[in-house]
Amino acid sequence: MHELSIAMSIVDIASRKADEASAEKVTLVELDIGIMSGIEFISLEFALSVAVKDSILEGTRFKINRIEPLCECSSCNHLYTPGQDFGACPECGKQEIEFIRGKELQIKSLLIDQKE
Amino acid sequence: MCDTCGCGQEGNPVRISRPGETDLHQDHSHNHDHDQNNSHTHDSVHSHDHSHDHPHQKMIRIEEDILGKNNLLASRNSGFFEAKDIVALNLMSSPGSGKTTLLERTIEAVKESRKLAVIEGDQQTMNDAERIHRTGVPVVQINTGNGCHLDAEMIHRAVKKLDPPQESILFIENVGNLVCPSLFELGEKSRIVIISVTEGDDKPLKYPTMFQQAQVCIINKIDLLPYVDFNMEKARENALAVNPKLELFELSAKTGEGMDHWIQWILTREP
Repeated sequence: MHELSIAMSIVDIASRKADEASAEKVTLVELDIGIMSGIEFISLEFALSVAVKDSILEGTRFKINRIEPLCECSSCNHLYTPGQDFGACPECGKQEIEFIRGKELQIKSLLIDQKE
Repeated sequence: MCDTCGCGQEGNPVRISRPGETDLHQDHSHNHDHDQNNSHTHDSVHSHDHSHDHPHQKMIRIEEDILGKNNLLASRNSGFFEAKDIVALNLMSSPGSGKTTLLERTIEAVKESRKLAVIEGDQQTMNDAERIHRTGVPVVQINTGNGCHLDAEMIHRAVKKLDPPQESILFIENVGNLVCPSLFELGEKSRIVIISVTEGDDKPLKYPTMFQQAQVCIINKIDLLPYVDFNMEKARENALAVNPKLELFELSAKTGEGMDHWIQWILTREP
């Protein structure tokens, strides 16, 4: 259940940024989470609902962008979407997989209501 | 908020102890007052949409790594290790793969030639620290309460208490779990993932994140190969499919078979 630690980090960072921008309210938090980042999405949504309690993010909507994995073959630079068996490069057949997308764990943006 | 159980109380339930210290078995006890509507409100994540215009609404771009704070602390740990010529190794596996036995045998084999120190991580009990303590190597136990992984802050605190000697090898035995620990850098030099032949040979495919982040994979309990349906070739293939750079060791910590290569690897570690 590391999603709770992740959710708390999200709330910490977003609250700090909201505070720096003199936000009265945070309407939306946009996250980029890679499919291969090791996060269970349902758990993260649940953890966020718990982690926002008593923070400026209580009632905030979370938009979670699921980033699909993309690999590059280190041998021939072919780009491909890895299957569940992390099979060899469909172009050259070598097993030299390098993830270039799909491991994101990032807060992308906040939508805030600013104080008068 | 407490990140052990997510309740509203402050405080750090993580406990760091040396073998023989007293207050070790206090429970992580928070009072959860269910009268005050403390129940989880899953719906609230998706509610509160506002369709009307907000005159003072503003978009702030952040693009900040969610694990940034942990990674920063991990870099601090790493800098400390570097300054003291300490080689920190993060050992990760499912519960029951034989991490602690492997560690005991490794310690026996190298303690005459290298200075050693150990940080043990478990949710509860001092059992593993007591086992390591009997080898004569300095050890501290981190009890994470309900936490499923060690993080850089826990290591920072444990290292302060342990005070590992200059030029030592510091073994960090993570909480038994093949998922969560893979996300949290500790400041280690290398990550070692251990599986045993009593688990499936498809473990690397089922838990790719762990195997992708590791530099070394140990396949333990090979003495049990005749009794289990474990295809070693397939396991190696799967591990290398997920991470082609993995260095693989096949061994039995119990019988000592295959331990030589692993010990050689340990002895050649340089900070």
